[in-house]
Amino acid sequence: MLTNILTKEDTHKQLFTMGHTGCSGCAQSMAVKLIMQVLGKNTIATSATGCLEVFSTKFPESSWNIPWIHSLFENSAAIASGIEAALQITGKKDGTTVLSQAGDGGTADIGLQALSGMFERGHDVLYICYDNGAYMNTGYQRSGLTPYDSFTTTSPSGKISFGNNRPKKYMPEIAMAHKIPYTAVASAGYPIDLQKKVKKTLSIKGPKYLQVDVPCVPGWKYEPRYSVKIAQLAVQSGLYPLFEAEYGKITSVKKISKRVPVEEYLKLQGRFKHLFKNEAGKAEIEKIQKIADENIEQYGLL
Amino acid sequence: MLLRLRTIILKERKLDFKLGIIARPGSALSNKTGSFRSEIPVFKHEKCTGCDLCIYYCPEGVVFGDKKTKTYNFDDDYCKGCGICAEECPVDDIEMFLVEK
Amino acid sequence: MKKVLEGSMAISDSIRMTEPKVISAYPITPQTHIVEHLSQMVADGDLKAEYVMVESEHSAASVVLGASACGVRTYTATAAQGLLYMEEVIYNIAGMRLPVVLTVANRAVSAPISIWNDMQDSMALRDSGAIQLVAENNQEAYDMHIQAYKIAENPEVMLPVMVCVDGFVLTHTFEVVETIDHIEKVREYLPPLNMKYTLDINNPFSFGTVGEPSVYLETRFRLSNAINNSKSIIVDAANDYKEMFGKYEGALIDTYKMDDADTVIVAMGSVLGTIKDVVDELREAGKKIGVLKIRAFRPFPADEIVNALKNIKNAIVIEKAVSLGKGGILSCEIRDALYQRRINSVNVNGYVMGLGGRDITPKNIYDLIIKAEKEEDVDGEFFGLNNELLNKVF
Repeated sequence: MLTNILTKEDTHKQLFTMGHTGCSGCAQSMAVKLIMQVLGKNTIATSATGCLEVFSTKFPESSWNIPWIHSLFENSAAIASGIEAALQITGKKDGTTVLSQAGDGGTADIGLQALSGMFERGHDVLYICYDNGAYMNTGYQRSGLTPYDSFTTTSPSGKISFGNNRPKKYMPEIAMAHKIPYTAVASAGYPIDLQKKVKKTLSIKGPKYLQVDVPCVPGWKYEPRYSVKIAQLAVQSGLYPLFEAEYGKITSVKKISKRVPVEEYLKLQGRFKHLFKNEAGKAEIEKIQKIADENIEQYGLL
Repeated sequence: MLLRLRTIILKERKLDFKLGIIARPGSALSNKTGSFRSEIPVFKHEKCTGCDLCIYYCPEGVVFGDKKTKTYNFDDDYCKGCGICAEECPVDDIEMFLVEK
Repeated sequence: MKKVLEGSMAISDSIRMTEPKVISAYPITPQTHIVEHLSQMVADGDLKAEYVMVESEHSAASVVLGASACGVRTYTATAAQGLLYMEEVIYNIAGMRLPVVLTVANRAVSAPISIWNDMQDSMALRDSGAIQLVAENNQEAYDMHIQAYKIAENPEVMLPVMVCVDGFVLTHTFEVVETIDHIEKVREYLPPLNMKYTLDINNPFSFGTVGEPSVYLETRFRLSNAINNSKSIIVDAANDYKEMFGKYEGALIDTYKMDDADTVIVAMGSVLGTIKDVVDELREAGKKIGVLKIRAFRPFPADEIVNALKNIKNAIVIEKAVSLGKGGILSCEIRDALYQRRINSVNVNGYVMGLGGRDITPKNIYDLIIKAEKEEDVDGEFFGLNNELLNKVF
C-alpha cells in the first residue's frame, strides 16, 4: 500500500508535505499523510477550520499538493457537496475523489447538520473526521466527542468534578443511521488498517464516513513519542472500537489482539491524571472500564 | 528575522494575492521545521528488519529508506524530533539524542 | 417577447438564460417561487444544472461557494433569516473572491416574525464585501440578474453580487416583462465564466489559507479596492446591456424629473414606483420635485449621489430599514457623502417607513413631503406610525 519512499527527494514529493507547523508528534498529520498516500493526486479536499487547516496552510505556505479549500468551521461537508455537484455537471467527477475533512467538533457538533445533509443527499464524497476528542485548535475545550471523565479546559476536573461528565457521542452510529454505503472507524495507531479502509472507499460510490482516532500531544498531555502507543492502547482496551459498516450494518471489526485494562491507556495521559489521585478516582476508572467492556460486548471485539 | 525571511519568500515567488489568499501547492516545504526539535533520532542500522514502520509512523513524513537494503534515514531539515520512530521501532534500532543548541 | 410574469418567474427565467451550472437553495418565504420555478426547469431539462436541495441556507451558500471555487457559474436565493444565517458564508465568498450571484427577496427580520417586505435583511450585509443591487420592478429584476453575473465575473471584480428584490411586492406580483428571446444573445453579453484560479487537479492551489497579521490587512485592502472599483464595471454592464438589449434602468443611480427640482425623494426598490406616481401628480400641479433612485447600494455611489443632489434644497430619504441605536442608514450615508465634499446646502431628512410590509401609500408620501420640507437633519425618524396602536393596552 505504501508508496515507495526510498530517498529524501521522495519524501518531498508527498501529497501532504512536511514543512507544516503541526505539533511534534501530531497523530493527525500522520493520519493525513497516510490517507493522502492512498487517495492520490486526483483528489480535491476541503478542510473545516481547525488544527489541520491552520497548521497546513499558513499563507503563503501550503502543505497540500492537491487542490484544497478551507471555508468555515461547520461547512466542510457542504463545500464538498458543491464541489461534487460542480464536477458532476461538468463531467469531471469520474476518477476524481472529493475529500471532506474536519475535526471532531467540526463533524459531530457544529458541522453535524451539513454532514447529515451531505449523507442524505447521497453525494459521492469521502468524509473524514479526525477525532482528537476536543477543540484542540482553540486550546482543548470539550466537544461532543470528548471521552468520559477527560479533563478539558471547559470540563476541568476539580474538587467536585472528574472532568467531562458525559459519554462520547456515538458519531459513527449516527453516520450509519443514514444508511450510507460505507462507514469505518480507524486509528493512527494502525496505519495499515487505516490505509486499507481508505483504499476501500475509492471503490465505493456515494457518501463515505471515516473516523480516525488521532491522539493529540498537548491536548491529551503526554510525551510526543507516545502518540502511536496511546492510539493502540485505545483500541486494545476496547475504548476505541475499529470497525467497518455498509448501509448501516457492521461488516467487520478489528479484533483486540492483546486486551489491556483501560488503566494502561489512561495513565499515560495527563488529561486523566486526576483519576489516579484517590479512591473516588478508582471508582471512575471502573466506570470507564465498563464503557470498554460494553464496547467489546457490543462490537464483538474479542 | 523570521518576519524578514517571510517577506523575502513573498517577494521571490511574486505571489499574486489580488484574488484572495491562495497559496501555491506544496509551498510549505520552504518552512524548515527542524528548528522545532530538542531531540534527534539516530538510525543505527544494526538490527533493522526492514519493516517500514518508521516510515509509516513518522508524523512529518521525513523518514525514507529501502526495505531491501534495510537502510533508513530521515531529512533533518524537517524532523521535529518527536521520537515516535524510536519508540515504535520493534527492534530498538533507532535512538533519540538531545540536541545541543 | 413581452409576457405577463410574476416577479419570481421573471427572475428564474433570467437565471435560466445565464445558464448556471450549480444551483442550491433552501426554501424561505418569499423566495420560494423563484427556486420552485428553477427546480421545475431542471426537472424538465430546460436548464442543465445541478440543483442541490440543501438542509439550510448556510449549506446553500456553502454549496455554491464550493462549486464556484471549481470555476462554474452558481446561483442561490434567500431572504430575511435565511440571509442572516448565510451571512457568515457570504463574508467568506467575498473574501475568497468568488463570483456567486444570489437573489435576496427582501423581507423583514424577526422578532416579531414577519414574512413581509422591508430591507433590513440585505442592509445587515452591507459591510460583507458583496455587491448589492436593488431592483425597482420585475423588468429590472429580470435585467439586473443578467448584469449581475457580468459584474461578478469581471476579472477585476470577482465578488458575490446580491440582487435585492422586494419580497411579495415584486416576487409575487405580475407585471409585463420583456424577456430576451435568444439565449445566444445572452451568451454573447455574458461569455462563459473563466476564472484564474480554480480547484483543479491539474493545477492545484490552496484556497482559504490562514491570513496572519502580516497579510490580513492587505487582503482586506485588496477586497476593499475590488468593490470600490466595481463602480465603473457596474456602469459598463448597464450600458452594454442597453446597447445589446435596449433596456436601461440606470447604472449606479438613476434620476427622474430632477432637472430643476428643489426637492428630491431618494429611495431604493419597489417603493420608487409609488413615489414616481406621486411626483408625476405634484409636477402637474407645478411643484419642482424629482426622484433619485439608488440602484447600487454597495459599492456606495457617493460621487454620483452628490453630483445629483448638490443643487437641491431638500433630499427626503425613504428607508425601509433602520440601524437600531443609530437611525437612518441610507440618509446617514448620503449626509456623510455630502459632508465629505463640504456641501452643506442640502437638507437631508431620513424617514423609516414601511417596515414589515406596512404599505407605503401615495397619501403617506404626500404627507411626508409636506412634513419633511419643514424639517431639518432628520435621522431615521419612524413615519406612518399608528399612534392609536402605540397607546393601546391589549
